[in-house]
Amino acid sequence: MADIKKLNRIATQVRRDIVRQVHACQSGHPGGSLGCADVLVALYFEVMKHDTSFKMEGHGEDIFYLSNGHISPVFYSVLARSGYFPVEELATFRQLNSRLQGHPTTHEGLPGVRIASGSLGQGTSVAIGTALSKRLEKDDRTVYVLTGDGELQEGQNWEAFMSAAHYKLDNLVVIVDRNYVQIDGTNEEVMDLGDLKAKFRSFGFTVLGMKGNNMRSILTSFEKAKDERGKGKPVVIIMDTKMGYGVDFMMDGHKWHGVAPNDAQLESALSQLKETLGDY
Amino acid sequence: MALKDIVSTGKKSTRDGFGAGLHEVGKKNKNVVALCADLVGSLKMQAFIKENPERFFQVGIAEANMMGIAAGLATTGKIPYTGTFANFSTGRVYDQIRQSIAYSDKNVKICASHAGLTLGEDGATHQILEDIGMMKMLPGMTVINPCDYNQTKAATIALADHHGPAYLRFGRPGWPIFMPEGEFEIGKAIVMSEGTDVTIIATGHLVWKAVEAAKELEAEGLSVELINIHTIKPLDEEAILKSVKKTGAVVTCEEHNYLGGLGESVAGLLARKQPTPQEFVATDDTFGESGTADQLLEKYGLGTKDVVAKAKAVLARK
Repeated sequence: MADIKKLNRIATQVRRDIVRQVHACQSGHPGGSLGCADVLVALYFEVMKHDTSFKMEGHGEDIFYLSNGHISPVFYSVLARSGYFPVEELATFRQLNSRLQGHPTTHEGLPGVRIASGSLGQGTSVAIGTALSKRLEKDDRTVYVLTGDGELQEGQNWEAFMSAAHYKLDNLVVIVDRNYVQIDGTNEEVMDLGDLKAKFRSFGFTVLGMKGNNMRSILTSFEKAKDERGKGKPVVIIMDTKMGYGVDFMMDGHKWHGVAPNDAQLESALSQLKETLGDY
Repeated sequence: MALKDIVSTGKKSTRDGFGAGLHEVGKKNKNVVALCADLVGSLKMQAFIKENPERFFQVGIAEANMMGIAAGLATTGKIPYTGTFANFSTGRVYDQIRQSIAYSDKNVKICASHAGLTLGEDGATHQILEDIGMMKMLPGMTVINPCDYNQTKAATIALADHHGPAYLRFGRPGWPIFMPEGEFEIGKAIVMSEGTDVTIIATGHLVWKAVEAAKELEAEGLSVELINIHTIKPLDEEAILKSVKKTGAVVTCEEHNYLGGLGESVAGLLARKQPTPQEFVATDDTFGESGTADQLLEKYGLGTKDVVAKAKAVLARK
């Protein structure tokens, strides 16, 4: 039985890490990072089998790819808190000579990162390649990929989704961060995504829902996704989140997609997120 | 080797060399996998697919997805060879190659057929003349443009033992076979004949044109050093500098725009280390058009007579 309280405590600490990283360098993307803190904590601390000694090939491990690379603060925090690298290194985020680049990369050798992302729409294709390789190797672990919803405006995603169904990849779970907003406004204003569930169904996916800021719902959805193994269809989880979740003034709207808090805002944010595991 | 000993033993396309090489390397190395974007026949991949159906992935007409899938396969230790036309292997998917393959240091072999004018009748939409430039600008990317069936086959096999992203460029038409079978050393230029008056450095299909031109120049009493430079990046600087110090004049030959191509790489090297008069046999910042391979090479200044003329022009500048 998962310890939901413990997972929530980790998620709170991760949120502190996110706002502190972004504040320290006065750049980066807090909104989507805060929204996805719970799902990444669930994956790395409960759902996935993974090895923090980190081998790029990941044989016998579940693999996670971050397609929306701009939410690097949450990814870095969860990797560090999992034990991939020292949490103190979070202080170097976006600074010269750091392994924690603005967008994640393999180039500086940061443990836990398997692909560079940032230019959007590429992660699902990469995840499919790894899922195909696992099937070839008779490795029954799962490949997870997280993508933003605005990111689905990139056409490559739909090439990828078509092929995931064509290859009958039931070892692939695509998670869509459905927060309805992107840099220039709402998805609906910028480029309406329409009925995402119907689109995925017509592309041959099994479609599941998830309340992405509710740990119990997150774990239940991943259990359901596991039940879909062996059915010959890829799974998509449409994960409803709130951009900026956990910090009241960062929620509701797209304003905090890529803006750093000032000193007073940082203080206000941290006062809403009580320290649970110790700050870096 | 004397120029007169360089002879054609028959004709086959370089893409046939790729197909044969892929088939052979597939037997030797079980980590080799192949992907194709609906051009299996054109890329001559059938023999590999027949023998290794589980190691082949048809991705349909979706090249961006193909590059990403290749990156994901490489992450787990596979050695993916992607196959499509050169245009769709580069310009169409530049950002996918840049981020998911080159910057991510994925061991993907981007295998590109139908490069250059010799694609022929399909015309300029498919005749890419900018691909070498795009690929060589990517940090860490190896760029190889072999000259005949044997060299393309050997390069395809050699790439499996070379870790890192690579671009392998070859073509459509039947072309003289004149290189020995077997050995291929990435990054190592091949001096085909030694001479003292002028250095001719050629890559891809134009190596044969350079052989023909060198024979004509020799018949006129000139001494030609002919270098077959299959690897454009990393460039064999030592071989080029050694030759140019001796001859003091250079002609570069390629089926590519003079901007961004082999000639530009050679010029950059010589400007830094050994300023030398240079002439370019290359397309002159233009798109191609429909026609036969021979007609196009003649019209766009990539024929044997053009190599001869450029050699004489550069000799006049010594």
